[in-house]
Amino acid sequence: MTVIATESLSKRFPRVTALDRLSVDIGPGVTGLVGANGAGKSTLIKILLGLSPASEGRAEVLGLDVATQGGAIRERVGYMPEHDCLPPDVSATEFVVHMARMSGLPPTAARERTADTLRHVGLYEERYRPIGGYSTGMKQRVKLAQALVHDPQLVFLDEPTNGLDPVGRDEMLGLIRRIHTDFGISVLVTSHLLGELERTCDHVVVIDGGKLLRSSSTTDFTQTTTTLAIEVTDSDAHPDGTRAVRDALHARGVDTHAEGAGLPGAGHILLLTAQGEETYDLVRDVVADLGLGLVRMEQRRHHISEVFTGTDEQNSNDEQRKEAVGHGG
Amino acid sequence: MAVEQPLTSPAGDQTRIHDIGYRGYDGPRLGRAYARRSLYSQSLRGAYGLGRSAKSKVLPMLLFAVMCVPAAIMVAVAVATKAHELPVAYTRYAIMMQAVISLYVAAQAPQSVSRDLRFKTVPLYFSRPIETADYVRAKFASLASAIFILTAAPLLVMYVGALLSKLGFAHQTKQFAEGLVSVALLSLLFAGIGLVIAAVTPRRGFGIAAVIAVMIISYGAVSTLQAIADVQNHSGVIPWIGLFSPVTLIDGVQSAFLGATARNPGAVDPSTAQGVVYVLVVLALIAGSYGLLVRRYKKVGL
Repeated sequence: MTVIATESLSKRFPRVTALDRLSVDIGPGVTGLVGANGAGKSTLIKILLGLSPASEGRAEVLGLDVATQGGAIRERVGYMPEHDCLPPDVSATEFVVHMARMSGLPPTAARERTADTLRHVGLYEERYRPIGGYSTGMKQRVKLAQALVHDPQLVFLDEPTNGLDPVGRDEMLGLIRRIHTDFGISVLVTSHLLGELERTCDHVVVIDGGKLLRSSSTTDFTQTTTTLAIEVTDSDAHPDGTRAVRDALHARGVDTHAEGAGLPGAGHILLLTAQGEETYDLVRDVVADLGLGLVRMEQRRHHISEVFTGTDEQNSNDEQRKEAVGHGG
Repeated sequence: MAVEQPLTSPAGDQTRIHDIGYRGYDGPRLGRAYARRSLYSQSLRGAYGLGRSAKSKVLPMLLFAVMCVPAAIMVAVAVATKAHELPVAYTRYAIMMQAVISLYVAAQAPQSVSRDLRFKTVPLYFSRPIETADYVRAKFASLASAIFILTAAPLLVMYVGALLSKLGFAHQTKQFAEGLVSVALLSLLFAGIGLVIAAVTPRRGFGIAAVIAVMIISYGAVSTLQAIADVQNHSGVIPWIGLFSPVTLIDGVQSAFLGATARNPGAVDPSTAQGVVYVLVVLALIAGSYGLLVRRYKKVGL
């Protein structure tokens, strides 16, 4: 089943080409749409909502044509804009009830759905206070709630983690995951950070300059290369713990390399390629044998820059890729 | 979600506690027309501060009272003195109170549309089934209705008072009806002008100032020019000058067709031909402001 399908979709403005023959099929689940600012993410969402005609090509959302059935599409999808969109002088409850009615829900249903939805996104007593006094994280939750209140089949979330601190970011990503797993709603979420989408999405579509760069399931990214970052303490026996671990690992045939210079604490972090479960055990044993403390051992994932530079290399072993990668070159 | 807590043996399905978790919605979705109606009623209530903070109720309610009190006093005087006619004609009342109406429009037109523009709520509307025209129609109709309530209520007070003091029923009803037609036209015209100005000034303060400037200053300027024309014995141009302010436009229409007497200096009633021009200008302004609003919101879009 396909939730979103585009076929050589192009959008040209007098001076810029926002989308250039974009062909992509997106199935149910959480899909990340990644691209730098100005890559064409917002333009694509506008076209998919049936609010802006494409210059050429066609697109379908939930099996409905965006050019002719925009109204029917907008009844079945939710949209959370990137920018601030909340009036400060009304409460979250009043606002979301109003938006539910704008989606066609009868008054009683609008109230019930609002209470449910606000609870699910994590707003409790504060929902009766004016939105003006909310933190950024709470405002993002209200924005999300208004996109979900009419129980859509699909939601478009435009940069939902923008402006959030790391904890708020993680909470929002967890919430996005739940929108699919618990609520059964498919998600198209945009971000310019590939890293955070990899953790959340089943599938990632990368666009740049309006062209498709790659489209693949996230397991491809994570399974082919898992980079492990480790950091250890120093001890009296080993004044330079990092070096001791590096030598010990080297002796056991594991190559390590230091994290890129210039970053704070860079000299204390070792990166190595994990082959599987054994690598984790090996690191643990080595560190324990040396009598050092293991400060961190975490997976490092790709950044968008790696996708841009490493596209060709990835192409060879990426079978779920869509045919249009060639456009990205 | 769906936290399940097996209380007894795994077999006992009935003895589990379920957090019902997320519930979908299978009920009716009432579509565009319903959404438009909801937006209309929400905006109409908002124009009187209902469903909003106590602070935002003060001004509209105060202006509503200011509109109705003189009518009540007139009725009381008419009843007490057993007059044969109300001291002020139905059609004259709104013209007499034009400053109050203009203030109301200046305060409520920006609150109706500028908020959505300023806080960028508009994209949320257009990501839903309603279209640009639905939004504009709902906002236009709600402000026009709000102004109609403001201007028709005192007429109703006068009409009821007139009937209570046993003034001629047929005569009063005809004049009351003419008054209602006049204020209905005035409501549409003022709503259109107010909304167009408010829709291009997202800052509410500027919107208020701009509406006041257009409504009250144009009226002052036109009245002054008419007075000068009267003094200089150019009474022929007086009706033409009246085309340039919303209040005198309505005054001209009702003087020509709704049995009112023009309030301009020298009291020159427009001829029928001039009256037709007045009506056409009023209708063109109403249609034009609707068209401008639709164009404006097509651009704002998403």
